[in-house]
Amino acid sequence: MADLLFFMFATVAIGSAIGVVVARNPVGSLMFMVATLAAVAGIFVLLEAHFLAAIQVIVYAGAIMVLFLFVIMLLNLGHDYQRDVKGGVWSVMAFATTGGLAGLLVRQLGRSADSPAFLTGSGGDAIDAALAEYGAVGAIARPLFTDYVVPFELVGILLLVAIVGATVLAKKNV
Amino acid sequence: MITEALFVSALIFAIGTLGVIVRRNVIIMFLCIELQLNAVNLAFVAFSRSVGIEGQLFVFFVMTVAAAEAAVGLAIIISIFRHYESVNVDKFNLLKW
Repeated sequence: MADLLFFMFATVAIGSAIGVVVARNPVGSLMFMVATLAAVAGIFVLLEAHFLAAIQVIVYAGAIMVLFLFVIMLLNLGHDYQRDVKGGVWSVMAFATTGGLAGLLVRQLGRSADSPAFLTGSGGDAIDAALAEYGAVGAIARPLFTDYVVPFELVGILLLVAIVGATVLAKKNV
Repeated sequence: MITEALFVSALIFAIGTLGVIVRRNVIIMFLCIELQLNAVNLAFVAFSRSVGIEGQLFVFFVMTVAAAEAAVGLAIIISIFRHYESVNVDKFNLLKW
């Protein structure tokens, strides 16, 4: 059952990822992106990352994609299509580069997935134990607020800087 | 399932790269960068099944940085659009030799 669900989510994720690239309309691209994010959230659930699946749907597919949609509507890009694909030699080279990159990534990730350190790693059991003891949020909150509290606070400062920067940049006359 | 998740992540990353290289619409290029970030998140979660909860923490941080990046990047796009009346990156050639 889990395998069937995984292949379903993987197919939707890869298919919609291709849709993001080939869709003519930016709004269509965005809808494919939402489908990809939702499918990847499903894979997160299958990999026992429940909290991340929830914030993937709420923050990513919800908030960030709506921000993109706002900008597309604001710039009025939704209705007329201007051809924006680079053709000719450029696209052939792009396909060659991307194919090479995909091959390298698959080879390297497959190799690390076969390595003994990866196969015998006990992180999955530790995560399952933490999930059973503290629940989905507690399992990730506990290390976040103990060992990783400094990066957590830094991320807070980063978000503040981003808010101020976005407000200044989007003002009418900078 | 972990190995397959890594392969899915590699494919999504490559598709995102293709989008950034081939498309010229700056918003779609930006979406493809988000696609790449998401592929890396998937790889992090897959590795967390072997390495530990740190992988999931990193995904949390990547998502926060992606949110900040989207806010600032879209503000820059709006500001550029006001100047050039276009979202085609080939038109932004002020620094091009």
